[in-house]
Amino acid sequence: MMLVTVLLGGFLSATLVRLAPGFDADEQQLDPHLSTQSLQAIHNARHQDHNVFRNYFSYMKRAAHGELGTSLSLGQPVRTLLHDRAPLTLRLLTMGLGLAWLLTLTLALSAAWLRLSVYDTLTTVLSGILLCVPAAVLALLSVLWNVPGSLAIALIVFPRTYRYTRNLLVKAYSLPHLVTARAKGLGETRILFWHVLPVMAPQLLAVAGVSVSMAVGAAIPVEALCGLPGIGQLAWQAALARDLPLLVNITVLVTLVTLLANSGADVIGYALRRQRA
Amino acid sequence: MMLGRKLACVLLALVLGASAAANWLAPAGYAKQYREAADAPPSHAHWLGTDAIGRDRFARVLYGTRISLLLAPAAALLSTLLAALIGGLAGYLGGTWARMAMAVTDLFLSLPWLFLLITARALMPLNVSPLLSVLVTFLLLGFLGWTTAARVLCTSAGSLRASDFVRQARAAGVAPRRLFWVHVVPNLKPVLYAQFWISIPVFILSEANLGILGLGVAEPMPSWGSLLKELEGLVSVGEEPWKFVSLILLVVVVTSFQFLLSRQEEVAA
Repeated sequence: MMLVTVLLGGFLSATLVRLAPGFDADEQQLDPHLSTQSLQAIHNARHQDHNVFRNYFSYMKRAAHGELGTSLSLGQPVRTLLHDRAPLTLRLLTMGLGLAWLLTLTLALSAAWLRLSVYDTLTTVLSGILLCVPAAVLALLSVLWNVPGSLAIALIVFPRTYRYTRNLLVKAYSLPHLVTARAKGLGETRILFWHVLPVMAPQLLAVAGVSVSMAVGAAIPVEALCGLPGIGQLAWQAALARDLPLLVNITVLVTLVTLLANSGADVIGYALRRQRA
Repeated sequence: MMLGRKLACVLLALVLGASAAANWLAPAGYAKQYREAADAPPSHAHWLGTDAIGRDRFARVLYGTRISLLLAPAAALLSTLLAALIGGLAGYLGGTWARMAMAVTDLFLSLPWLFLLITARALMPLNVSPLLSVLVTFLLLGFLGWTTAARVLCTSAGSLRASDFVRQARAAGVAPRRLFWVHVVPNLKPVLYAQFWISIPVFILSEANLGILGLGVAEPMPSWGSLLKELEGLVSVGEEPWKFVSLILLVVVVTSFQFLLSRQEEVAA
């Protein structure tokens, strides 16, 4: 099912590019220095792209052999472009997600432990304000304050994960057996690790899976506006240049990463539930 | 919370009122250039100063607010109608239809929202008239933003289909079309309203993101997205704080919508 979704994601992207107004136009054809033969060659090359089914099928056949095509706008093999830019995006996403979850768990757990309405209101207001600021503005502010792009990603992801985590914690801490455990004098650490986290782990994992998708989306404005040469910036450039091979590959990659993260979270969550049952 | 909602209503009314009175408050319009006062700080003549090419920032904020606040609800209405049509109908019909609709929804949801939006917007013509760019931007939001709402509506319509009163109506011989319009749709209304309200701040923020990335409303037409693009040229925050007015206004409006949303979510629940 996951493979079908990935393939359909790539096909959706290829169809969108094919149907986009101005698909047939090629600036090269306006070059007065080109001969009739060269113009005909360009025309023939573009003509092959017209059948989106055939085009996508041949792309899939080549991709199965590790050949991802050549970027039309950058003139480099897509494989090289992805290979060169992936480490930066991976580092950015890992650090951003790590920071976002550190902030989320610290604030949500401290709010649950302290049970001070002022503290709870403050953290909710902070996450609420961040939720109302566009991702691109946070990226611009990170440039302005000279802070790393990973912090911008963390601040984009944090308000979304915080709200879910806080609600899960509030729900978990209000369970009757936890009230009894507290009344019997059980320590907060033991309550957290033995009674709270195991209960909320499957839901928390699901939120963690979704947060990967949020971070991937956030990487586009952050990399584009902070001048970071990663996959997000590449996606941005490919979209602006209507670069079909690059766009289809990035869409497949993004769909694959998102689905892997969500499916991984589901599988681990399911295993945890079975273990508890 | 009640006080918060009242305050949110007052703030939204104020912002809406000011943007509606833009022609009266800023009669010179959003495109008029004061070439002798380009990039000027706030003054009596220009309350929020002027931008890099001498246009009154106060006027642009008012007109930009009007565009964003009029078209985000319009896009939300379009996406909610699409969600009702696709999700509601698929949920009501059930079986293969519901599975097919959910497969399409999952496909759209497997791509991050901003990635999908940027890709789709970049594929639309960029070099178009300002008015057309406004329409393209908000129509795109409406046409792509239905998926989450469709999923919710499909589930709600599915539960209604299996409910006792619908079964009874079906057993009594009520025609499927009448059953859908008279018994199912009215019961989906609270969910539809909630989805409509949820979509508005999402679309406002999405338009702002597109605008900053240069894929939103085209110049000289102002919108919150194109106004926020001005922040790109800032050297420090403290130097020209008046340039943050559009950001503050956007945060205030989206926060107000979030407050009102909590009420809608309670109703939908």
